Amino acid sequence: MKYFMQDLWRRFTGNRRALFFGYVLLFVALALLPFLLSNTVGRTWVRILDFALIYAMLALGLNIVVGFAGLLDLGYIAFYAVGAYTWALLASPQFDLHLPFWAILPIGAGMAALFGVLLGAPTLRLRGDYLAIVTLGFGEIIRIFLNNLDHPVNVTNGPIGINKIDPISIGGADLTKTHELLGIVFSGVHIYYYVLLILLFLTIVICVRLEKSRIGRAWLAIREDELAAQAMGINTRNVKLLAFALGAMFGGVAGGLFASLQGFVSPESFGLLESIMVLCMVVLGGMGHVYGVLLGALLLTVLPEILRSTASPIQRTLFGEVYIDPEALRMLLFGLALILVMLVRPTGLWPAPKRRTVIDQDIVED
Amino acid sequence: MDIFAQQVLNGLVLGSVYALVALGYTMVYGILGLINFAHGEVVMIGAMIALAVVSALLSVFPEMSPFLMIALAGTAAILVCMSLAFFIERLAYRPLRNAPRLAPLITAIGISILLQNIAMIIWGRKYKTVPQIFPTETFELFGANITSVQIFIITVSALLMAGLLVIVHFTKLGRAMRATSESQRVAGLMGINVNKIISVTFMIGAGLAAVAGILIAGNYSVAHYSMGFMLGLKAFTAAVLGGIGNLGGAVLGGLLLGLIESIGAGYIGDLTGGFLGSHYQDVFAFVVLIVVLVFRPTGIMGERVSERA
Amino acid sequence: MILKRSLAIVVAAMVVAGCGAESETSDGKQIINIGHVGPLTGPISHLGKDNERGAGLAVDEANELDLVIDGIPIQFRLLSEDDEANPQKATVVAQKLVDSNIVGVVGHLNSGTTIPASTIYFNSGIPQVSPSATAITYTHQDYQTAHRVMANDEQQGKVLGDYAVKTLGAMGIAIIDDRSAYGKGLADEFESAIKDAGGKILTREFTDITKTDFTAILTKIKGLNPDLIFYGGMDSQAGPMMKQIKNLGLTSLFLAGDGVQTTQFMVLAGAEGEGAYASSPGLPLDQMAGGKEFREKFKQIYREDIQLYAPYAYDATFVMINAMMRANSTDPAIYLPFLRNTDFPGVTGRIRFDERGDLRGGSISLYQVVEGKWQYVETIGGAD
Repeated sequence: MKYFMQDLWRRFTGNRRALFFGYVLLFVALALLPFLLSNTVGRTWVRILDFALIYAMLALGLNIVVGFAGLLDLGYIAFYAVGAYTWALLASPQFDLHLPFWAILPIGAGMAALFGVLLGAPTLRLRGDYLAIVTLGFGEIIRIFLNNLDHPVNVTNGPIGINKIDPISIGGADLTKTHELLGIVFSGVHIYYYVLLILLFLTIVICVRLEKSRIGRAWLAIREDELAAQAMGINTRNVKLLAFALGAMFGGVAGGLFASLQGFVSPESFGLLESIMVLCMVVLGGMGHVYGVLLGALLLTVLPEILRSTASPIQRTLFGEVYIDPEALRMLLFGLALILVMLVRPTGLWPAPKRRTVIDQDIVED
Repeated sequence: MDIFAQQVLNGLVLGSVYALVALGYTMVYGILGLINFAHGEVVMIGAMIALAVVSALLSVFPEMSPFLMIALAGTAAILVCMSLAFFIERLAYRPLRNAPRLAPLITAIGISILLQNIAMIIWGRKYKTVPQIFPTETFELFGANITSVQIFIITVSALLMAGLLVIVHFTKLGRAMRATSESQRVAGLMGINVNKIISVTFMIGAGLAAVAGILIAGNYSVAHYSMGFMLGLKAFTAAVLGGIGNLGGAVLGGLLLGLIESIGAGYIGDLTGGFLGSHYQDVFAFVVLIVVLVFRPTGIMGERVSERA
Repeated sequence: MILKRSLAIVVAAMVVAGCGAESETSDGKQIINIGHVGPLTGPISHLGKDNERGAGLAVDEANELDLVIDGIPIQFRLLSEDDEANPQKATVVAQKLVDSNIVGVVGHLNSGTTIPASTIYFNSGIPQVSPSATAITYTHQDYQTAHRVMANDEQQGKVLGDYAVKTLGAMGIAIIDDRSAYGKGLADEFESAIKDAGGKILTREFTDITKTDFTAILTKIKGLNPDLIFYGGMDSQAGPMMKQIKNLGLTSLFLAGDGVQTTQFMVLAGAEGEGAYASSPGLPLDQMAGGKEFREKFKQIYREDIQLYAPYAYDATFVMINAMMRANSTDPAIYLPFLRNTDFPGVTGRIRFDERGDLRGGSISLYQVVEGKWQYVETIGGAD
């Protein structure tokens, strides 16, 4: 069955006309999806989809660090936070700054990249689990600072958070309001969907190109054997820092978009559990494989929402009462899913085809 | 009362609990190279089981001697946690022993989430209060206040840690454990049942965790389904600080972390002229960790591994 | 391939999940949707459920009156959503309610969720009345749609500060807060009230909601020997904190806000809780205009006691319905100005809003633990 599918896939991708046709179909489907959703199950689902796209971007960023370069980062959400707060501070009544989005987006990305290097530099010598705990600590440090920088000088409003963040606006048109174009009504969440989709598409292209580039191969070499990579003349310090910076940059962009979509940021959105969640998306989907990670991100954001709207009604029709709180049930199933998927497919749901052979030889012994 | 002596004492009480939990992390890591993320949850289960047993005993035999009661509750908690650890290792970690390194980490996170939510469904969301079966007495020691429970915590932790060191360094079981952590393959060739040793290691760690859970619940008089998570992280930090895989390092790291937190929270405000306050308590702990690791990448007592590890 | 297939499953599942809502009842009444949001799952779900019941009770009672608005018989329906006390979820469910054509929303419960959601309601012109969000920011964003029926942090902090200095005679004061939006907000307002009243802040210490060990900060506080310790935070931390205060031999008074004035605090603090003071907005239930009847009615219907804010959710709902009646319209744009001009005798007291949507003349009651029970001490404020 597996080979049949692979064969089919190869034939499909081998046929240029079929491939082109497939892309067109995918494009049309993606373009129509928000309208399909808002007319069947409500606009809320478009908003959920928007958040899913943001998480996908975030997961792809983490994939650069963990998947490509093999550096276990448990504090990745810190870069998301830096991006979100950069946007919030530069485009809200907080300091009465209202920079346009095309100015903030690069600033946010740059800030996040800077923090990526700041984290990367002192941890270059650390390996494996030492790196994990330091990155975790770094994530917590950023969150604690955001939570407490309301005193002695108020920068972040502390735990209360920053509200009324400007949405993306193009040519003075506010993107959270409803607009009409060519007779079609676009509401705010629809427009965000398209903006996010375009950015996500760019992210995917960059990731795929990166993986195949010199840098991508250098990352792979470091992941598999750092000493050998060094011996081959790879400047491991710079290449590792680049991984941190690039990964952080995507996190920063995703964070900025999150802030502007939600219109509000507070430190509680950037806890350790969020970092773990993003890591789960990467590993569950298929570490190091761009499309696998994408799948993981979409599954882990959309499935809980479906469960949330079905868990209580199903229990009520089956037993006449809600026995297990949907939140608890959702987390139970999530935990169970993590364990089962890993037991059945230790390399993730959709692992990178090449990585497989490498891993088979990767015995933990010694 | 001497404030500084009191802060040191607070740190030692906190630190000895961290050390006890850190030992569990470090033992498992030493043998498998695995961060057992679910270890904190085992601490929580231990506390909850002991609490349930004590409550049940109190309602059925209110006249029972408190020593017998705590002995029964402790035994129950230790047994439950040990069998829990046995099954966790068997079901979630053993099948992944040759899988990519991150796979068991994810299952560990899965187990942690699972245990927390099961505990929440069984014991509810509210903080549970722990009945005080021993009267709390306060003593003065070097100008600091210490309660009978705190004396108990420090004594029990010290005894258990000493016991563990004796087991690991002076018994046949301990030698087998050390051999397994050096190389599973070679240990297997020498006639050691590696799977059994790994199971036993998990169970010893879980037993220590159960005791830690009881001590914490007794000291703060509260238990909650989420109490294990942060504690686990702190203990893991302590283990890394001391040099993960090294038992003495875990004890040192635990005590050090407790002292850093306590003294940090107590004096950070005065040291920085009011710029940083006790809200940076955790930052302080993590910064010390990072600084230590920058200069000693394998922790304070960690062995220097060659690049080709 | 896999991606597309799973996407198809996802879409199919979502179609199943969503269900259409009818706009008329069988007897020809027009259905008007009122939204309610609170955390129905998570650590404070019991409070969210309580609010939901309060609002539900109001809707049921209004429906028994067979109301007619603008010549059309009306039946109200409560659409209740769960925000999990999570700001991100709050914006998702706010969007969901706006899409479901609600005419107003009762909620949210926490300040942290109420504030981000208020932007969505404001952008859609949906009136919002929060029963229990007390952070100042909520009504200070110039949103005409934002209202609350409970005294805010500023009002509560001021009363607590005056009480500490003037009535309890405490001059040297130590403040602890839990770094949550609620705890910080209350502690900040308390601090400025203390300064205004001539008291002295000896130190401000901090903890967080995952901690149960407070010995380090309490030891530092002990060295400063304050007359009073104020805690901005919830009962789950205040209980163990009280025990540690006594174990360290501190003799300072203990004062806290409404998050601590609960039976849970008593359970957790045990005998060491004796003598603690805490405030709660509004009057004690038994002194409210219709408090006793409300308590009995509530218990009769839901077979459970009121947890905390149900009377406020009940009032919030009725304030909204009352504004629709006066405006003779259920159109949010038309009845919104009438909502601002409310003067309604609720079970929690007389409800009027000021120009920001805050409760005018909100009263605060003080309680003290005496022999293991919260004993009512006095009510401050209430008149303008």
